[in-house]
Amino acid sequence: MKKTNMIIGLVIFAVLVTVPFWSSFVSPANGAAPEVSLDTPAINQMAEPKCVEDVEWMRAHHMDLLNDWKVEVVREGTRVYVAADGTEHLASLQNTCFECHSNYEDFCLKCHTYSNVNPTCWDCHVEPTVVGGAN
Amino acid sequence: MEMNRRKFLKLGTAAVAGLGVAAASSNPAVAAAVNGSYKESAGKKSDVTWGMVIDMKKMDEATLNKCVEACHKFHNVPNIDSKKDEVKWIWGETFEHLFLDEVHDKMGDKYKDMNFMTICNHCAEPVCVRVCPVKATFMNAQGVVGMDMHRCIGCRNCMAACPYGARSFNYKNPRLYLDEINPSYPTRMKGVVEKCNFCSERLAVGELPLCVEEAGGAIIFGDINDPNSAVSKAIADNFTLQRRTNLGTKPKVYYIV
Repeated sequence: MKKTNMIIGLVIFAVLVTVPFWSSFVSPANGAAPEVSLDTPAINQMAEPKCVEDVEWMRAHHMDLLNDWKVEVVREGTRVYVAADGTEHLASLQNTCFECHSNYEDFCLKCHTYSNVNPTCWDCHVEPTVVGGAN
Repeated sequence: MEMNRRKFLKLGTAAVAGLGVAAASSNPAVAAAVNGSYKESAGKKSDVTWGMVIDMKKMDEATLNKCVEACHKFHNVPNIDSKKDEVKWIWGETFEHLFLDEVHDKMGDKYKDMNFMTICNHCAEPVCVRVCPVKATFMNAQGVVGMDMHRCIGCRNCMAACPYGARSFNYKNPRLYLDEINPSYPTRMKGVVEKCNFCSERLAVGELPLCVEEAGGAIIFGDINDPNSAVSKAIADNFTLQRRTNLGTKPKVYYIV
């Protein structure tokens, strides 16, 4: 009798502990990556929407890029970033990134919330509060 | 297979080394942070040392206020109405407060009560840079003493070290004291020190500092290493004062009184 209780308890425990894992099978929407919105005035105006570097790279390395920019811009005073494809960009979070990504809530915040990261950028850098507000 | 101590160590070392190599080669991001390269802005001057002459014969109260307003508005400097908590990049100060060793008791009121424009001196031998434990305060190649706000830990060593009181500490969240935030420049957060940066964001693209533009001739700005620059000529042709030269900090801000 005691042994059965223990096994039932263990099974309940195992199920509860693995909720994050199997719940994504039960309802796939639970763990699905968020859809970030690219619907901003600046991006809509582009004939062929393009970020500083290609999308895959930006998705994985935007934090490295910004980290690098902050050193180059603040300490070296070098403000022009030449991307891999040769295009030139002003290295600035507020004046370049937010020009296009003027939807902080539906872009930055969505992924950051999903992946549970809390970058300190916004302590000082002014996030665009209204669409197209970072001009 | 029988495993003795020697075999175990050999195998173990090989396995750990193999894993390390595999991890390093499978993660190229560690090797290169960015894909591209950097380039100077078109207007940037590299081999200069920036300096400033403030001509108090031309700098009146109204001009000073214009400079303060333009600077503080652009750089999102909060307006806190308390001597202890205030944050300032440019402000007015009496002769006595600026040139302590030059004042004497028969000095005319005209000079005594003059409202001198006061900013960071961007010293050639900056004490603040020497005392900063995290290298948040640094001097760039053009002699501008700047701050890397990403690094400041708010220890206030620099404030204690600066003999000119050019630095302010954010005792409060500065965003609460801004009527309007300029979206093209960051604000600061509670707990960091800030000061005038000689508008290095403007110098980097070949523009003059905001106060120089606002002052309409009362401030002369340029390369103090070039003897033919307007700023060098102003220093050569006029009697100029500097703040507390006896300390050896070598300020780069000069005053014509």
